[in-house]
Amino acid sequence: MKKFVNDPADVLAGALRGIRAAHPDLRVDAENRVILRAEPTREGKVALVSGGGSGHEPLHGGFVGRGMLDAAAAGEVFTSPTPDQVLAATQAVDAGAGVLHIVKNYTGDVLNFEMAAELAEAEGVRVESVVVADDVAVTDSTWTAGRRGTGTTVILEKVVGALAEEGADLATVADFARRVSSAGRSMGVALTSCTVPAAGRPTFELPDDEMEVGVGIHGEPGRSRVKLASAREIAELMVDPIVRDFGEPVGPAIVLLSGLGGTPLIEQYLLYGEIAPLLAAAGVDAQRVLIGDYITSLDMAGASLTVVKADDEMLRLWDAPVVTPGLRWGA
Amino acid sequence: MSGSVSTGDLREWMRAFRNAVHEHKDELTRLDSEIGDADHGSNMARGLDAVIAKLDPVPATPAELVKTVGMTLVSSVGGASGPLYGTLFLRMGPVLGTRGEVDADTLGAALRAGVDGVIARGKTEPGDKTMIDALSPALDAWDAAAADGPASAARAAAEAAARGRDATEPLVARKGRASYLGERSAGHLDPGATSATLLLEALRDTLAAGE
Repeated sequence: MKKFVNDPADVLAGALRGIRAAHPDLRVDAENRVILRAEPTREGKVALVSGGGSGHEPLHGGFVGRGMLDAAAAGEVFTSPTPDQVLAATQAVDAGAGVLHIVKNYTGDVLNFEMAAELAEAEGVRVESVVVADDVAVTDSTWTAGRRGTGTTVILEKVVGALAEEGADLATVADFARRVSSAGRSMGVALTSCTVPAAGRPTFELPDDEMEVGVGIHGEPGRSRVKLASAREIAELMVDPIVRDFGEPVGPAIVLLSGLGGTPLIEQYLLYGEIAPLLAAAGVDAQRVLIGDYITSLDMAGASLTVVKADDEMLRLWDAPVVTPGLRWGA
Repeated sequence: MSGSVSTGDLREWMRAFRNAVHEHKDELTRLDSEIGDADHGSNMARGLDAVIAKLDPVPATPAELVKTVGMTLVSSVGGASGPLYGTLFLRMGPVLGTRGEVDADTLGAALRAGVDGVIARGKTEPGDKTMIDALSPALDAWDAAAADGPASAARAAAEAAARGRDATEPLVARKGRASYLGERSAGHLDPGATSATLLLEALRDTLAAGE
């Protein structure tokens, strides 16, 4: 394992020190491992709290700032944050209008956020939750823990953050968040495994001439393992299941192609060059496109494609100003 | 042996569980990397180190001890295991009441309440390939042997847990991260059932030492 680490058990604390050093407009609660805006929540504004295991940066801490999240709780690498962390984040940012929890659908995340929401409500904080479950690689979701939450989370945090910034109330913000969540579909492909620092070796074995189709963002094996294919063929493997899952014409959409951490941007653009005509041919009108490392899986080589069917309100909120380490425009 | 279990015994149980998890940390992580996300061993080891630190001095009653254990696991393990193991111990407290020592029936009833809590929190049932597949048969075995005292009950429970753990190998997971693998989850032991078996084996060893 070749990584920038001092002690493999101390990766998260070290990264939080770096975030604190780099971003004066953020505040880092090192004890609770929570990243917050330096400015307190404006009175009457609904606060957005997300979080999850670390290793997906910039998700979630890199999306804290004006126009997006109010706080993010950082778990250990690939491990959900604990209820006391989420509670600390929730209490710190509540300004009387309530808090929306944005949760990716993994058993650990759901259980820990549920416990945190119960504790926060016992302390008098109103909490609503949205669970993102957009990964079409999970086919038999009735018999599993359900679809995993992936790239739709990035787009949701952006547009819902913009709506909260405009002063919408908790019920409106939560309804909109659920609408965005149900409008998103994702599909990922891995070319290599990833290495959790504390484990020290790759999470799974993937021969040089094979790829994992439908991989999860923690290195969970996917739908199938097949021979490595050309970018053009991989594009089809990503677009087809998404389009088929929508089962209806998509029309205007926000599209995210995210690298998984170990794939250079030039390959991501090359891949999108193959994806774009396939989307267009399938009736997806990619009105906004974001490409880069936005939801990653440590050092995994690969990419995930997310399509969110977007109405005018979503597009308008997507274009609204955002000032975070991971996304920054219009300000 | 005496027919009762003291707060000190329960602390020894937690120490033995901590030691067992450290000893099997790599195995738990390996099992979890086959059908999960490769963090079960390190998360449980970290959480149990925190638990042991919190149990000195030893709490006044068994109920206070399990509450401390539960809260510490919830706040230091993370993942799904934190809330699930945390709930197991937190739900034991009310059954243990204010007594300083408990008998086999009371400890069994407390464990039953804890496991019912895990089932409710995890929305799981036997056969889903989870820790419940070790814990549920263990409790039935405990109840059947409780009349012979806690050491015998723990011995029976540990044996049943190990059988339940082994029986998870051919199962297809229906809960947790392993469920995403579908048929590919078959052929692997469940990491949660494996650590839950360590928990009951630690109880067996602790109570046997006092015999």
